[in-house]
Amino acid sequence: MKTPSLQLDSNGRLRHLLTMEGLSRDLILRLLDRAAGLADSTSGAEKKLPLLRGRTVVNLFFEASTRTRTTFELAAKRLSADVINLQIAASSTSKGETLLDTLKTMEAMQADMFVVRHEASGAAHFFAEHAAPGVSILNAGDGRHAHPTQGLLDMYTIRAHAPKARLGFGGLSVAIVGDVLHSRVARSDIHGLRTLGCADIRVVAPPPLIPAGIETLGVRVFHDLERGLDGVDVVILLRLQKERMLGAFLPSLAEFHADFGLTRERFKRLKPDAIVMHPGPINRGVEIEGELAYGERSLILQQVTHGIAVRMAVMAEILGEAEAGA
Amino acid sequence: MSTSLSLLIRNVRVLDPTSGFDAIVNVGIRDGRVDYRDVAAPAATYDQTLDGSGRWLMPAAIDLAARFREPGETHKADFVSETGAAQAGGIGCVVLPPDTSPVIDSPAVVDRIRIKAEAVGGIDVQILGALTQGLKGEALASMSALKRAGCVGFSQALAPMRSALVARRALEYADGLGATVHVFAQDADLANGGCAHEGPVGTRLGLAPIPVAAEVAAIRLWISLVEDTGARVHFCRLSTASGATLIESAQARGLPVSADVAAHQLFMTEADLEGFDAMAHVIPPLRALRDRDGLREALKRGVIGTVCSDHQPHEPDAKVNPFPLTEPGIAGLETLLPLVLQLVHEQVLTPLQAAARLSLGPALVLGRAEPGVSPGASADLVLIDPEIEWTLDTADATRWHSRGRNTPFAGRRFRGRPVMTLYAGQIVWQAPTTI
Repeated sequence: MKTPSLQLDSNGRLRHLLTMEGLSRDLILRLLDRAAGLADSTSGAEKKLPLLRGRTVVNLFFEASTRTRTTFELAAKRLSADVINLQIAASSTSKGETLLDTLKTMEAMQADMFVVRHEASGAAHFFAEHAAPGVSILNAGDGRHAHPTQGLLDMYTIRAHAPKARLGFGGLSVAIVGDVLHSRVARSDIHGLRTLGCADIRVVAPPPLIPAGIETLGVRVFHDLERGLDGVDVVILLRLQKERMLGAFLPSLAEFHADFGLTRERFKRLKPDAIVMHPGPINRGVEIEGELAYGERSLILQQVTHGIAVRMAVMAEILGEAEAGA
Repeated sequence: MSTSLSLLIRNVRVLDPTSGFDAIVNVGIRDGRVDYRDVAAPAATYDQTLDGSGRWLMPAAIDLAARFREPGETHKADFVSETGAAQAGGIGCVVLPPDTSPVIDSPAVVDRIRIKAEAVGGIDVQILGALTQGLKGEALASMSALKRAGCVGFSQALAPMRSALVARRALEYADGLGATVHVFAQDADLANGGCAHEGPVGTRLGLAPIPVAAEVAAIRLWISLVEDTGARVHFCRLSTASGATLIESAQARGLPVSADVAAHQLFMTEADLEGFDAMAHVIPPLRALRDRDGLREALKRGVIGTVCSDHQPHEPDAKVNPFPLTEPGIAGLETLLPLVLQLVHEQVLTPLQAAARLSLGPALVLGRAEPGVSPGASADLVLIDPEIEWTLDTADATRWHSRGRNTPFAGRRFRGRPVMTLYAGQIVWQAPTTI
């Protein structure tokens, strides 16, 4: 397969990060360990490390984003990189400059890494195929395809907070609930969970929001939330894009919430130590009842914090010198 | 056209799909026609003699869908380049879809193309007129005038009809003219702007899906309208096994429907999208293996009577983008015949069946004289080396003629290819290393 090999060099080192698919268990665990180390060493008043001093990271966002772009920016700055943020409306590229022109122009400014978000699946892959030697692509979300740093930070969060995960992912039950069809987060989480050995991955949604053949990724499909949540250790809620749902995917957001929203009633059915995650931003009263969002077993805010450490780890892994010793 | 030299091809295996003739004979060509076909040597003399040992001679292919990109898109290709590609592909007749710019919805555009085609020459260019004005699917095009101007059928190309009512009236009107309507059956609502087969690969890559139902629902609708109107419909570019099954049952009920398939659909599947390969971006999309196998089976049984190239040459930039933003289509003129030969090597088709799917089948769709290799037949022929092994190299200008280099088969090993193409008795192309 071309995608996984494109992101690894001949020695198996990460050259770009495009997708969780094809990353080895060892590599994922190393990135998570590195993220933990970086989180520790930047938790004090002095948050900067000199690992990427003199390097330039360009956030190239063709899709509106605040939180993801901000965490990438913080991650790069905490590693002492110079950061440029470019928010490019899709309309400006259609005026004549192609995506390739944009990439080449930015390369000419001697950037070392592009953090790319684009609405087209395969966009990060496209940039990686055309990037000059020595220029790395970090996928910050391409269409419905992949959002690998979200996948990594979700694995990080599960490992750090799900009690059972301390013994490994093998015994975990994880439910991914909501708009799986359009979700790059779901796809990245599924690849990550599978690679780390999770044997019980469930996707839970009404049929119009389940993509065809998703079972081939190693998941079980549920159309009933109560059954889907039964006995799980981790619930990952997906963001429902309200504007998208108008295309006859759902009768209404209220009906979705009634059948697939995480309510207090359903919350009681979870295992006492189960954790709840969401990539954000949440739709209160749709995927989750408002007051549960920041409840004690909700890790939604921790995910944001972990996201910075994980993104630092990926940047350091790709751009930094090989770690000395461990 | 200047008078051509007479030519004798000795000891060649003739594949004549119309008569079913398949034997090694001597074939004489004179004044644009086949004038001799026999095991015995002819008494007459010929200007030129060619040893056809080990080679096949059959009617040149008739390609039901080839875009030459004129008028309007000469940055992609033009008549000169694509005529050369067709000739090198062993094709003697191409049918141009109406989605040029401007659309072929008036006799003036037909005339303009015809003048261009005659100036370039060396190939029979046939034209499908637009079924509706501007291909908008709303108001009928001037079909009668287009037919008088020479259009051999009508089509919406890839554009949808506005409603079933317009479709029905278009069929009725076309039927009144005795014209065949070429239908690309894909429900635009169900396709919903997608770019990949709805299945495991598209799901994993996150590509917007085009379900099988997009094709099947459209075929069902059109078959219902054929039942209603009795109009002749040719279904273009089938991509699903279920679609082929529907066509077969319609044919079994005696309905006047035929079908073709693009050559690449017989070899590629959704798996070829792996790595977001833009060269595998085609409409209709590459589907599951069972669809590919179903299409092969339908082709073998003759339910699908025609293989076409669905030639869509592009400038390089058209494929330089993230997959969903690339333009769909393959430059297929020069791989049509080699791919069909591959089906012979894989024992999907007999050599005679291969010849039939490339010439007799499309001739029947167009309602033209049945092509043959027998005395009196027009000498639009292709000589084939069925065994030669070669690698497709689009960078080799002596071997690749289309301006479009957008083919997923670049670098692919092939067995068998055309070595000479005759049009109206003249050698219009021959392989660089032959003779």
